[in-house]
Amino acid sequence: MNLETNYPDNIKEKLKLACIGIAGLGGLGSNSAASLTRVGIGKLILVDFDKIEKTNLNRQYYFQDQVGKFKTEALQENLLRINPEINLELHKIKLEPGSMSDLFKNADIVIEALDTAEIKAQFIEEVHSILHHIPLIAASGAAGYGNSDTIFTKQLGNLYIVYNPEAPSSDEGLLLAPRVSIMANWEADIAIKIILDGNDANHS
Amino acid sequence: MPITVNNKEVDFIENETIKLLLKRMHFTFPMIVVKANGKLIKKNEYSKFIIKNNSKVDVIHLISGG
Repeated sequence: MNLETNYPDNIKEKLKLACIGIAGLGGLGSNSAASLTRVGIGKLILVDFDKIEKTNLNRQYYFQDQVGKFKTEALQENLLRINPEINLELHKIKLEPGSMSDLFKNADIVIEALDTAEIKAQFIEEVHSILHHIPLIAASGAAGYGNSDTIFTKQLGNLYIVYNPEAPSSDEGLLLAPRVSIMANWEADIAIKIILDGNDANHS
Repeated sequence: MPITVNNKEVDFIENETIKLLLKRMHFTFPMIVVKANGKLIKKNEYSKFIIKNNSKVDVIHLISGG
């Protein structure tokens, strides 16, 4: 069974030709990947070293019977149930400073979906300096609930940050499905906009 | 002529580095991304990179969670 969509052929084609890299398959990455799969993106590069824990299910795109599995493999199962034709490139590795951009050099767009502020900063610095021609979409402030109106997209050239400056850190605030999914889907939405309308990186 | 930091006008100071600007602005978050005139400034350049007059500087702090 294929993924059936009712949009015009040129839109389908653009989505199918796109390759999006996702760094981290937790709350941001798994939900982002699910939405991108649902709209018909042709290829995803999925990177995560971790296994699913019971407490991940309050916000991540996995199910009870997948606890203990690697996130890459479980997400592959779930995404193929949505679109059996999607091309998935899985990397079960931990991103380390010095080689963070390597897996993403052939992507059209990269989505940062990592957890700690430290690793987010490292990833953005490294990927945005080495792969400066590739749009990079990051998210900051995925913890908390309520007042989601404070979220906005901060665009600095090819770097897009889904930014919630009022958010607590996940060390202090709760990580819950609604807020995390909003941020994840906001990232996916920016990716779709870039694919369908082009990358307006003029204002930096 | 002023410089712009996160879209706000701020006095230009001769020979000010990114590190000094962050201190002046009281940006104390440990994890940030800095761009000056569209160019990403790496952490190890903060104390060397001198901000020119009329520059547009953006500082984004990163918050854990994902």
